[in-house]
Amino acid sequence: MTTRPLAEAKWLPATLGLGGIAVALLLAELAIRMEWLSRFIVPLPSDVLMSFERIILEEDVLSRFLATAGEALAAALLVSFVGVALGALLHGNRLLRRACESWVAGLAAAPLVLLYPLFLVIFGRNALTIVMIGFVSGLPPAILKTVEGLSGTRKVLLDVGRSFSLSPSQLFWKIRFPSALPVIFVGVRLGLMFSLINIVGVEFLINFGGLGQLVNELAERYDLAAMYAAICFVILVSICFFIASEKLERWLVS
Amino acid sequence: MNANVEVLRVENIVKRFVTARETVTAVHHVSFTVAQGEVLAIIGPSGCGKSTLFNVIGGLVKGDEGSVAVEGRTMSGPDPAIGMVFQEESTFPWRTVADNVAFPLELAGLAKKERIERVHHYLQLVGLKGFERHHPAQLSGGMRQRVAIARTLAFAPKVLLMDEPFAALDEQTRLLLGDKVLQIQQELAQTTLLITHSIAEAVQLSDRVLVMTYRPGRVKSIVDIKLPRPRTAEIIGSKEFGQYVAEIWNDLRDEASLGMKDAEAHLPKAD
Ligand SMILES: Nc1ncnc2c1ncn2[C@@H]1O[C@H](COP(=O)(O)OP(=O)(O)OP(=O)(O)O)[C@@H](O)[C@H]1O
Ligand SMILES: [Mg+2]
Repeated sequence: MTTRPLAEAKWLPATLGLGGIAVALLLAELAIRMEWLSRFIVPLPSDVLMSFERIILEEDVLSRFLATAGEALAAALLVSFVGVALGALLHGNRLLRRACESWVAGLAAAPLVLLYPLFLVIFGRNALTIVMIGFVSGLPPAILKTVEGLSGTRKVLLDVGRSFSLSPSQLFWKIRFPSALPVIFVGVRLGLMFSLINIVGVEFLINFGGLGQLVNELAERYDLAAMYAAICFVILVSICFFIASEKLERWLVS
Repeated sequence: MNANVEVLRVENIVKRFVTARETVTAVHHVSFTVAQGEVLAIIGPSGCGKSTLFNVIGGLVKGDEGSVAVEGRTMSGPDPAIGMVFQEESTFPWRTVADNVAFPLELAGLAKKERIERVHHYLQLVGLKGFERHHPAQLSGGMRQRVAIARTLAFAPKVLLMDEPFAALDEQTRLLLGDKVLQIQQELAQTTLLITHSIAEAVQLSDRVLVMTYRPGRVKSIVDIKLPRPRTAEIIGSKEFGQYVAEIWNDLRDEASLGMKDAEAHLPKAD
């Protein structure tokens, strides 16, 4: 038998990751039971685990999960299409790009979620407001990374296309766009993260909709264990989106 | 090779670059012809305007004066009659080897069946059979350059233009790939224009060597290489081969040293 370096084993990274989380939870459990941490601030991990059943049966967390995931999906689609289109527009127009790029970058750092009263006035207290806030907050990274990706196409690849007499639109779709895809996906994924954070945040703030509202309600009831369990579902949404976006990228690139 | 049938005619090409500070004449009244099945090598010092000439002949850059014609037809921009292989890495990283080669065929609207056959044929020709489904990142530099060559050949250009296609490779790969290209060129009787800065490469691969002057790039001399084919190791080691190399170096030396002085003059003074 040949000895394979341990780092190459397939199961190792996953085991290490999950094991790390388990150890951290155990340590937290221990710290709380030893009363180094107050259980009124941090619930016992075992209590959080126990409360999963409760929030599934009593709080209907699954339909809230679907509500948040649906809003996130709508925002993600908007971010992808509008963000990439605006990025392409900025890339194609020098003046527009120089005029806008820095304030789009500034927008990426702005806490847009605080504008929620404005959105409430425009769209009303409904899912549309939540989707729009997710969309607007996820937009800047998608735009910026699209511009960056499209500008990063190596000149020689475009020259190859021109030597084959490609039209400008063929040059874009057959060479510039595919060569930029990896960078564009970084932007879309970043945008997705921003969207999700803001979606849950706004659900929490206006007490409407999916997981964010549930977290809000549980916090008001001071049911900390259940609240943390609900937050686990938020993380689950983000994991689902990451896996989906990776699958999509692989499919698009091949 | 049929020296009587002229395929490529390059006439009086002039190209100047105008920048804010100065006007650089990169190519100055260059004319030559390449016959059916012939390999013409162009050699010149770094910065003498070889790539500029390559781009003008390929139609990617507009010349200020002069004309390029293939089989009597004057070119006006990129044309399927001329295939280009670039100095830099130019495979599409998001496409597999087979899809890279199929790229121009897809654009031409070839039926899938014929496309697959042609891709297969040209990959076999460059010795990459079995790598169809690999991505360029999984190949060595020499293999990637072969993919680029196959992609250009698959379009069956009348004239193959290559700009220092081996420049980025190590010496052993360069020699092997040179052999391969020569073998392919003979098999297809491909009319070829090869730009290089290696004298040995020029003598090994070509029928004639055109020596360019340092800026502005003009034709300094054209040397006929009357060595038999195939150019075996024996021929490359022969006295005649050495004489050709010496003759070309003799023409090139003054130009190369001009280029060097020019480069030094642009360095910041050490005092
Ligand atoms: N787009 C451009 N704008 C201004 N000057 C240019 C441009 N392209 C090339 N030049 C100048 O023209 C001259 C010839 O350049 P070119 O790239 O054709 O040389 P080369 O012979 O291919 O050099 P190398 O052997 O290093 O590849 C150089 O002095 C270069 O600085
Ligand atoms: Mg060059």
